Amino acid sequence: MKLISEVGKYFMMLSQVFSKPERFIIYWRQTVLEADKIGVKSLGIISLLSVFMGAVITLQTASNIDSAWIPIYTIGFTARQTMILEFSPTIISLILAGKVGSNIASEIGTMRVSEQIDALEIMGINSASFLILPKIIAAMFLFPFLIVISMFLGIYAGALVGEWSGVITVTDYAYGIRFDFRTYTVFYALVKTVVFAFIITSVSAFHGYYTSGGALEVGRSSTQAVTNSSVLIILSNYILTQLMLL
Amino acid sequence: MIEVKNISKSFGEHDVLKGISAHFTPGKVSFIIGQSGSGKSVLTKCIVGLLKPDLGEVFFDDRDFYAMTRKQQKTIRKEIGMLFQGSALFDSQTVEENIMFPLQMLGQMSKDEMLDRVNVCLERVNLKDTNHLMPAELSGGMKKRVGIARAISVNPRYLFCDEPNSGLDPQTAIVIDNLIQEITREFNITTVVVSHDMNSVIEIGDDINFIHNGLIAWHGTKDQILNTEHKELNDFVYASEFMQQVRENLK
Repeated sequence: MKLISEVGKYFMMLSQVFSKPERFIIYWRQTVLEADKIGVKSLGIISLLSVFMGAVITLQTASNIDSAWIPIYTIGFTARQTMILEFSPTIISLILAGKVGSNIASEIGTMRVSEQIDALEIMGINSASFLILPKIIAAMFLFPFLIVISMFLGIYAGALVGEWSGVITVTDYAYGIRFDFRTYTVFYALVKTVVFAFIITSVSAFHGYYTSGGALEVGRSSTQAVTNSSVLIILSNYILTQLMLL
Repeated sequence: MIEVKNISKSFGEHDVLKGISAHFTPGKVSFIIGQSGSGKSVLTKCIVGLLKPDLGEVFFDDRDFYAMTRKQQKTIRKEIGMLFQGSALFDSQTVEENIMFPLQMLGQMSKDEMLDRVNVCLERVNLKDTNHLMPAELSGGMKKRVGIARAISVNPRYLFCDEPNSGLDPQTAIVIDNLIQEITREFNITTVVVSHDMNSVIEIGDDINFIHNGLIAWHGTKDQILNTEHKELNDFVYASEFMQQVRENLK
């Protein structure tokens, strides 16, 4: 029963979020600020993770190929498929759910408990739309760029590590990453990313927006935001894969 | 003038407000007093529309707030200024941006006009040249004054103050009290102050409403409150030793 009521509250919040903005120019400015805060400032951690994951995928694939029947370029092929299909869109989104989601929930939750949201409402401003819409738009626009950068870095790091460690030459690796390449897989990955960006921002904002109490509850909202958005990412990942790949 | 009629509000099984009626007149500082948990803040939130009452009506100069559409309610909200207990300044904005924010969102002013308005408001609350400070750099009293400046920046017809003196030293509390009174008189605002600080009540209260058991149990002026025979109000007013001595001196 509580779950149904929470889902209802979530959709009611969304209807408020997507109502007409009071001042378009202020919303636009807010969206640019959010793009910097939740998008650009996540670039460092995403780059680091992608580089090391690409390197590890290459080494692990190489260490598992012990049959002469399997061509060596399979290493490049596997690294590409893993990065594009799953690691960059899904795992990086899960990491962003932790970083960005907890940030959004605690920011909005703190605004709620310190009556800043009430102050917005008193001024006649649609607080849900003003606080949440710029975050959703910024994330849905910026996350695909982050994911493409992640794919590129992961695949590139795999090539470098393969060469340095002597498990595969750059030529073989390059052949592998070009082998049976379908651009649709990138489209699939980007669609997933946009859906995950919406889940991360809206679910985290929902938990922050309906926080009541004090610092303890803000912490709890932040944890719930990360947990619930992670679960929803995993579920929607399955549904989207079923719908788009098969 | 603000008029509330038969406001009731419950949370689960707990009836907080049981049909409260009251009116608040322009140019006067009206107080809502009562013990902690008596429903003072709930009543204020019902009046300004942050909480929807289960029953009852709220009239802002004969305009029935809860009979209005969202859009019409917005027009009334633009006429309301509110000073929150914790000031509720936006942490990520400077003092200037905080005061300018409602003007940017709702007004039709140019940037220069808005800046002029910000400076007038800051001067009014004696905080000249603090434009570029962040809320974290302000003391509690300064935050309250910025809160007042933000509330009056939109030229409100109605001003609500929720525990304006909480957490302030007695001298700063008097400064804030006097500021609220001066602004009320100067702009002929309908001011409603929620407080349990008897010093404030005696200092600036023109009209006092005492809430007890979810109802307005007593209504009168600050002169009447000191000589009241109302038992619960007496217990509330003369709870401190200082006020008991005041009563002795009055006798």
